[in-house]
This record gives sequence, C-alpha cells and structure tokens, in this order.
Amino acid sequence: MRRLLFSLAAPVAAFALTVVISTIALWAFGSNPLEAYGDMVSHASKLETQVDILNRATPFYLSAVAAAIGFRMNLFNIGVEGQYLFAFLIAAQIGGLISLPQVLHILVIMIVAMVVGALYAGIAGVLKTTRGVNEVVSTIMLNSIAVSGLMAWLQRRWQADQGDNFTSTTLGTNPIDDSGLLPNVNGLLEVFTRDIGLGKELTGMLLVAVLVGIGYHVLLNRTRFGFDLRASGINPFAARAGGVPPKRMVVAAMLLSGGVAGLIGMVQLADVGKFPPDPIQGLGFAGIAVALLGRNHPAGMAFSAVLFAFLDVSSGVLDSTGAASREIATIMQGIVLLTAVVAYGVMSRVRERDEARATAEALLAEDTLVAA
Amino acid sequence: MSTAIELVGITKRFPGVVANDAVDLRVTAGEIHAICGENGAGKSTLMKILYGMQAPDEGTMRVNGTEVSFASPTDAIDAGIGMVHQHFMLADQLTVLENLILGAEPTKAGGRLDFASAEADLQRVAADYGLDVDLHEVVERLEVGERQRVEIIKVLYRGAEILILDEPTAVLVPQEVEALFENMRELKASGATILFIDHKLDEVLEIADTISVLRHGKMVSTLANEGVTASELAELMVGSELPTPDTAESTVTNVVALEVTNVTVLSEDRRPLVDNVSLQIHQGEILGIAGVEGNGQSELVDAIIGTERVNDGSISLHGDEITSWSVRERRTAGVGYVPEDRHHEGLLLTSPLWENAALGHQNTAPYGSKWFINRDGARQQTELIREQFDVRTPNIDVAAHALSGGNQQKLIVGRELTSNPSLLIAAHPTRGIDVGAQAAVWDQIRQARSNGLATLLISADLDELIGLSDTIVVMFRGKLVARLSPSAVTPRDLGGYMTGAQTQTLTEAAL
Repeated sequence: MRRLLFSLAAPVAAFALTVVISTIALWAFGSNPLEAYGDMVSHASKLETQVDILNRATPFYLSAVAAAIGFRMNLFNIGVEGQYLFAFLIAAQIGGLISLPQVLHILVIMIVAMVVGALYAGIAGVLKTTRGVNEVVSTIMLNSIAVSGLMAWLQRRWQADQGDNFTSTTLGTNPIDDSGLLPNVNGLLEVFTRDIGLGKELTGMLLVAVLVGIGYHVLLNRTRFGFDLRASGINPFAARAGGVPPKRMVVAAMLLSGGVAGLIGMVQLADVGKFPPDPIQGLGFAGIAVALLGRNHPAGMAFSAVLFAFLDVSSGVLDSTGAASREIATIMQGIVLLTAVVAYGVMSRVRERDEARATAEALLAEDTLVAA
Repeated sequence: MSTAIELVGITKRFPGVVANDAVDLRVTAGEIHAICGENGAGKSTLMKILYGMQAPDEGTMRVNGTEVSFASPTDAIDAGIGMVHQHFMLADQLTVLENLILGAEPTKAGGRLDFASAEADLQRVAADYGLDVDLHEVVERLEVGERQRVEIIKVLYRGAEILILDEPTAVLVPQEVEALFENMRELKASGATILFIDHKLDEVLEIADTISVLRHGKMVSTLANEGVTASELAELMVGSELPTPDTAESTVTNVVALEVTNVTVLSEDRRPLVDNVSLQIHQGEILGIAGVEGNGQSELVDAIIGTERVNDGSISLHGDEITSWSVRERRTAGVGYVPEDRHHEGLLLTSPLWENAALGHQNTAPYGSKWFINRDGARQQTELIREQFDVRTPNIDVAAHALSGGNQQKLIVGRELTSNPSLLIAAHPTRGIDVGAQAAVWDQIRQARSNGLATLLISADLDELIGLSDTIVVMFRGKLVARLSPSAVTPRDLGGYMTGAQTQTLTEAAL
C-alpha cells in the first residue's frame, strides 16, 4: 500500500505541477488556458485523433525502449536517431528490390532493419570497449555520419527510376510491393467501435511495439542477461566481481538497443511503402525524453509515449482553433519532463529515507519483542 | 621552540566506531613530525580534523597558540595549514603554472589573468624552498614525484607554513622518495613545519624529528627520533599483546585447492604491485595475509578472482589452470568472494535483498540458470540466508542500503557460504561491523573450514587474522616476506615484517 502510494505520488505531483506551469505559460502568452485545455481534450476524445495519437506514440515507444536498454546499464545511446534512419533506408531499399510471399517479405524487411540498427549501434559499443571512446561522443558523431553522410549519398544513388511521370510523389527509394507492407490493425478497433472514418489507419507496428515492450520486461526482469544488465547499471564494480563481463555487456546492450531502434522507421515504412525523401526525423531524440519520463519502465514509457503523442497532436489542434500557438505543446513536453525528473528525484530520496526508517523500526520492534 | 599545533582531547565518533579517542598532539614549529599507525588507527581522521574537513566531537585545537575551530579547509588555509593529499588534485591538461594559480588567480585591470606576476611569485616560492619544477610544462607529462612537488608548491603559494602530507611516499618509487625527503629537509630549513603520515618505519626513522604513534584511535606515544628502533615502533603500532589463536583442531588436509605460482601484477606504469608471489591453500585451511594496506593484497585478490590481469605466473584451482578464465568461469567453478569494500564491489545498494543475494550466483541454482533468473528459488534461498546468518531485516524486498553495515556484511558472507564454494576469498570480512556480527561471521567461516573450505583471508584486524588463520603470511611491497605460525608469532615480529623493519630470508620463509 505504502509502496503504491510512493510510486503514484511522483507522477501525480509532476502532472499537477505541469498543469500549473503550463497554465501560467498560456496565460502569459495571452491565451485562455481553459479554452486551450478544452480544445485539446475535446479533440482527443475523437476516435480519429486517438488513432493519430497511437500512430505517433508507437515510434516514440520503440525509440524509448531502445534508449532505455542503454540507460538501464548507464550507457547513453544518443545514436538511436542515426540508427533508425539508416536502418530504415537500408531495409526499404532491400525490401523494394526483392519480392517474396507476404509474411516472409515483411519479416525479411524487419530483420534487416534490426540487424542494420544493431550493427550501426554496435560500432559505438566496440569503440567504447576497445578504444575507450565515450559512447555519447561516438553515437552523436555516428548520427551525423548516418544522416548527413550515408543517407544523403545513398538516397541519391537509390532514387527510384521515375520514368516520364516525374512528380514529387515518385521521389524516394523503389516502392515496396504490398506483400512487404505491414497491414494496419483497424480490425482491432472495429471490435470495440464503429468503422473508422476519414481514412485513418491504425499502424500494425502498434502490435510490434507491444511485443517489444513485453520482451523488454521479460528480458530485464526474468533473464540472467537482464539481471547482468541491471547489475552493471547499478554498480559496475559489484557486477564485475559477480562475474558479469563488462565489455561484452556494453557491446550486447548497444546491439540490442540498436536492434530495437531499427524498428522505429518501420512505422513510416508501413505507411508510405518506401524510404521517402523526407523521412520523419527527431524520433530518436524524442525517445530519450520519453524513456526519461517513463523511468525506463515498460508501462511507464508506454504512458509517456502516449502523453508525448497527445501533446504533439494537440499542437496542430491549438493552431487550427486559434486557442493558443502550436509551440505551447512543445513547451508542455519540456515542462512535464522537467517536473517529472524533479519529482522522481525528490520521491526516491523520501522513499529511501522511509525505507531505512521502516527497517530500523521493524528491527527495534523485533528486539523489544525478544526482550519481553 | 614554539608550538605550531596543539591538539587536546580530540575525539571523533562515527556510527559504531571511535576514530579518535581523546587524542593529544603537540607539534613544535619547524620540525618534521611523523604520525604512524596501522590502517584504521585514526591517522587520516585526525589529519582531516586538523585540515577542517571534519569537525571533532570533542576537544580543542590551537594553531600557533591561538585556539581555532575550522568549519572548512578554507579556514585551515587561512590559519596557515595546507594539506597535500595522497591522490593529487591537479588538472592534467593545464600547465604547472595554471594549476598552481587555479582558484587564487592574480588579476590585472579588467579581470585579465596576471601570469607574469604569478610566475614571479611562484619562482620566488620555489626558490625559497628549493623546489625545482618547470612552470610551463603540462601536468600530464610530469612524473609522479614532480606532480607531488607541484602540490607542495601550490600549498606554499597559498601561504601555508604548516604542511600536512598524507602518505606522501605511498605513490613514489625509491629515488623519488629520496628527492621528496631532500625537499622536506629544505622546507624545514626554510622554517616550515611538516606533519606527515607514513607507516613505512625505515622512512619515518630517516626523516622525522618526532614520531607519534596511534593505535585504535588512541595516541599511544610521542617520542623523539633518537635511538628509537624500527622494532620498538612496530611494537607500539601493533600493540604489546596479541590475541590467542583459536585452539580448535586443525582441519588442514593435504589436498591443494588453490595454487598461485610466481604471480606478478604490474601497475599501469609497469611497477610491480604483486611481485612474484607464490602460495598454496589446502582444503580445510585458512591462509591469512597480514600487511599494511596498499602492499599488493588487493591486487593479489583481484588476480585470483579474475578482475585483474596477471602479467606473469599462473593460478590453478583444484588442478585446473584458471589464469585465463573469466570471473564468471571462476565463480561458477566454486570461488566465493567477500570483497574488501561491500559498497564498492559487494552490493547493488538500490536493489532488493534477494537480488543482492543472487549477485555472483545468478547463473547457478537456486538463483537461476544459464538463461533465466529463478525468482522463487532466489527468494527462498535469500530467506534461508536471512535465517542462518541472522540478517536483521523486516523482509527480503527492502533495498540493500536500508540495512546496517553489519547486516549487509552478513548477507554477503551468507550468500557466498551458502553457495558451497570450494575456495573463499575473504577480504576484511568483518570490517566496520559490530562485535556480535563479527563473532557470527567468524563462526560461519570456521564451520565452513571444517567442511573442507579453503580460505584466503586478508585482514588488518589482528584478532581476526590470528584467531582464524592456520597459517599467516606477510605481504610487504608486493612480496610475501614472511610465513608465520599464528600460535608462535610475536607482536614485534609481525609488526616488523609488516612495516619492512624486518625480513625473513627466502630459505627461512620457505614459501
């Protein structure tokens, strides 16, 4: 009971604080806070918007899990961004070149994406273990190499043959056959509710993300590898003395993190069927924030991915209704992150003290019992 | 001669231990005063109090006759006291000059740094005290001895006239020690007062004017360095009475469990930390290693557990050569490990107790297997440890940091002994825990020994070492210098070997 109270206190406090600060911000910018909140909530209660939110939350979540795998062992993989974009490009190109039966085609594309992401992240892992290069520095540099170097070069090389009908829609890699595209899961929604209008499609990657989340939970809490990983994150010296090979763990964690990162681009791939000239960028960095807000916890990150997606989607709404400027959503994301970090920090200290006191009291009570 | 420092009745308590117990110390101005004592005797605490890093619980301090109370090192510096720490606090990428003025930069108009005047000042300080150093060299490129000189100049530049040197020779090679002593004599000639911590008695006898010996937090003696012998000092440090060894029947067998052959471990700068060490431990035997800390014991332990690479020599366990095995392979093969610092290498402080119990055994039953963690098995085993080893905790889900030190230690000893090791490496297994818990841990180790466990025991606690060991070897400067029988050892011998005042010939030692 006490434990539940503690784990809820921080998010509730963070949420309350966020609302207070956001209200002040809105008011300071000359908007009506109540009106803005009203627009956000009423818009989010529409099914179409909810589909948008989930579609947006899916890559956020995958990205957060990728970052969290590193965070759990104090490894800062800032390179999720480069890993997913590079994996996305390679997987799309290969998927466009081959033709296979449906399930197989999809699997091949996804596996390619994961392997590419893993290998690209692995570079940073190997650099760290063999040369002592800090992974923050190497992954940031690898981001630049992926985005401004490899992607810029390969995109031009792999531009699909446009024939006579040259339009902006023909830009990008060779389109992948339908057999290689993950179908949407609108069927899931139809179980609960009416048909979806406005041509909205709920991404099939949502299911993949759920599986990744479950896999992350099982890996961390039930497997020996997960135990080793967490132990290395909490106390690398104790882990090493306990038989955990530190270097191998670094490489393994980077590979795993990059592998999950490789899946991020699959959301857009299922949607557009190729590597577009303007892929969605920034998901890797957003994932870091989502993981931070979700405390690297599988369910916590799901919640925070949805929250970030909701704020993202709301920015468009606020813009169109004129209740507030769209940047307020980004500001809110920042505020919620900051308040959460502070609230969690305070709570963990309070909890630590409480636990120490409870332990001491329990022992004292035991002693008096024995004495009596 | 006037008195530079006078401490009267200084007492400092930490939970469960009195680090300084009514210590009196008088340091005459212009002398070199050595503070000796074993690890844990309270030397560092006393120096920290004098330098304002810690406040005493009781007692008064007078510097140059005025009563002082320091809230921070800044106050101590203002009073003319400077301290050179064992671990240097220099910025490697800056030049000597930049390091020296860091935090006390002279400025010209407009806040620009006045390097010219700083350089002139420093040249003068260096010349006054006969300290030679290139001001424009980058610290990174300096030898250890030179870095130490930079630290000393830094302290002098801040206006210190009383210098505290914390084990200044610990990091130096012999030639550098000579140079340091030369510098210390120059400093003394220029009127500085030097207070330094050391436990190498030959060095103390060479340089000090006065020697103070601390033991168990108490000031045992302060004597002038005239006609004192190393043996007498060693006896003062160790104490005149040694505990009687455990009289229980010997359980030593003929079966060799661990064999270490000519093992050498080098530091990064290729100095031997463990120097050609060979030893054997039989099943049912406890081999105790005595020695002042920092003489290679930790590195030897690391080499056996596998966290430190062996540069030369071999290690075998039950006849298997394990020199190139990973830590995990060694532990799975039955090596139990009680690390010297439970917070550093022993525990996951924020994790629940049952996870801490699994640490080191997570790949073996009942805690888990090659691939999975067995939560139920791990929890049951933790309950067992809690019961058998009397770990006082409300439940096994509290985080390890919530437990007292003694209970944390019992958990560690418990997890290692219940996993049926064939070799136990126990480094300071009862450090910092109360008497009751200590006796419990000793009993458990004795019991395991009678079941055939081979134990390597490292300890600074002579009660523990003599009370538990079947054989005692002494480690000094990376070498095993003596092999002693716990029932026949005298304080003078033990102290002598530990401090290098005495050495056995190799044949006598028969290692």
